[in-house]
Amino acid sequence: MIEISGSSGFEEVDHTADWAIRVWADRLDELFKAAAGGMYSLLDVQVDPQVRSSADFCLTGIDPETFLVGFLSELLYRLESNRAAFDRIDLQFKAAFLEAHVEGAQVISQNKEIKAVTYHNLKIRQVNGTYETTIVFDV
Amino acid sequence: MISLETFKKISSYEWEIPASFRKAMQAPVRVFATRRLLKASLNDLSLEQAINAACLPGLAGAVIVMPDMHQGYGFPIGGVAATRLPDGVISPGAIGYDINCGVRLLASVIELEEAEPFLEDLVGALDRNCPSGVGVKGAWNLTGAELDQVCLQGARWALKKGMASEEDLRRSEESGCLDGADPTRISSRAKERGRDQLGTLGAGNHFLEIDVVTQVFDLAAAQAMGLHEGCLTLQIHCGSRGLGHQVCTDYVQNFQSAVRRFAFHIPDRELVCAPLNSEEGQAYLGAMRAAANFAFTNRQILAHQARKAFDEVLAGKVHNPFLSQVYDVAHNMAKFETHIINGEQVKVCVHRKGATRAFGPRSPGLPSEYQEIGQPVLVPGSMGTSSWVLVGTQESMLRSYGSTCHGAGRVLSRSQAKKDVRGDKLRDRLESQGIHVRAGSLAGLAEEAPEAYKDVDQVVETVCGAGIAPKWLSSGRWR
Repeated sequence: MIEISGSSGFEEVDHTADWAIRVWADRLDELFKAAAGGMYSLLDVQVDPQVRSSADFCLTGIDPETFLVGFLSELLYRLESNRAAFDRIDLQFKAAFLEAHVEGAQVISQNKEIKAVTYHNLKIRQVNGTYETTIVFDV
Repeated sequence: MISLETFKKISSYEWEIPASFRKAMQAPVRVFATRRLLKASLNDLSLEQAINAACLPGLAGAVIVMPDMHQGYGFPIGGVAATRLPDGVISPGAIGYDINCGVRLLASVIELEEAEPFLEDLVGALDRNCPSGVGVKGAWNLTGAELDQVCLQGARWALKKGMASEEDLRRSEESGCLDGADPTRISSRAKERGRDQLGTLGAGNHFLEIDVVTQVFDLAAAQAMGLHEGCLTLQIHCGSRGLGHQVCTDYVQNFQSAVRRFAFHIPDRELVCAPLNSEEGQAYLGAMRAAANFAFTNRQILAHQARKAFDEVLAGKVHNPFLSQVYDVAHNMAKFETHIINGEQVKVCVHRKGATRAFGPRSPGLPSEYQEIGQPVLVPGSMGTSSWVLVGTQESMLRSYGSTCHGAGRVLSRSQAKKDVRGDKLRDRLESQGIHVRAGSLAGLAEEAPEAYKDVDQVVETVCGAGIAPKWLSSGRWR
């Protein structure tokens, strides 16, 4: 549901008990969007495009990994509490803060549940100009 | 690289990775497994994760791994670690997001034959009374003050509301309530997520099922538990729902910066930790105990709702539809306990993640009827296979910090299970075995197929062979 640039993407990676996705993009904010897209895909979320909503939030962090986990955890919380999933995401990284403006739609169905976004072996790497990471979700 | 040659064989059921295997290891890793299970465990990261856990600061002894081990995130599922008091650490990731996920077993004197005509109705009534699936809400919408009381009182809160008996509480780990819970250490977000989730199962591998006792190995022990061959039992597997998930999420996030301040070098950021005697450690302990009490209350209310379902369907049709409590035990929790380690009696913080407390006979906290036999240990198998009731032993006290296995343990990923098994075919197969299934989705059912799990009988044979829990009885499955 999230529009991600042509050089971004995600794929599911095998994990014995939980779920994992590998995510890549040529910019850090695009990596975060691709991760959100991968997470919504795992959750099998369907929305009503007519019922739109938006939100602004600010997260604190100490590095890109803490921002990534905090950002995805925020989306999970808003999915459970507000039944909202976001397809337009604007992110501004500011040293110890991440400012987000998100727009999306009301969730009408969700087939799967994620308990949490984990830090297991989480490392955002930049290889040949491409950001890449693997995220494990507790399910 | 870990291989079979890495291990020092202690017995046919116990193996060790010495602390010298990796420089950062603070303690050895002890694995309870047959050679076959050990070899199979090399197919995922469970033992790498155990080695990472053995690098935690302040360990009091070996990190223990159970035969149902599988790869988790940070800490292996089936892992147990004990840290020193007061300066050892507590690690939220070594307990998991589903704080006090656990199992409750209820027994009955309802014989399978008398209940069989009503089983489908019973499954339907349980499905209605015990909400399950993604995003379900319970019948309660607690005020902030009520939620705080749940977090402080645990299952005793349900007793005051007429949804529990004194026997239910007595036959629960810690009588269904951990001391030292501090709801002020839980975020408003965690409370918001929990306030309407009491009395719900949730999704994933959580379940409620009816079983029948098929084999009893010790009649006196089974009688003490109220278990009778040929009679129905009910198992409940769930935890602290969104409240617990949020508590762990909050503290794993907070500890990312704390761990730098304490200058701990952790091999995996999911294992972040804080000293037990630090402000951060104390805050998490208070929050974790509060979430654990929420989980005890949740299983208690589910048991109450299940009893109502049994009454609705079976009253007047069977001679006694009552469900009595056998035991309620956690498998994701940290507790202060006293154990003998290297010949010395030491108070430690035992982290169990996917491992069940298994206290031996005459252990403190056991009800009088279990003092001589030891604590009941509940080991659910996968759908269509056996579940087991074991008991804790003196050996488990000495060799595994009073712990044993918690289930079968996964071998297939969820995506692989869905590739290998079709949900509708699995449902038909189970129905043909007389197993009635209600699931949130057929895809979810396929993810939990028996093929996705180890053979629980092999797991149980291992812990029995190792002496850390003898078997008492098995029960077939209805779900």
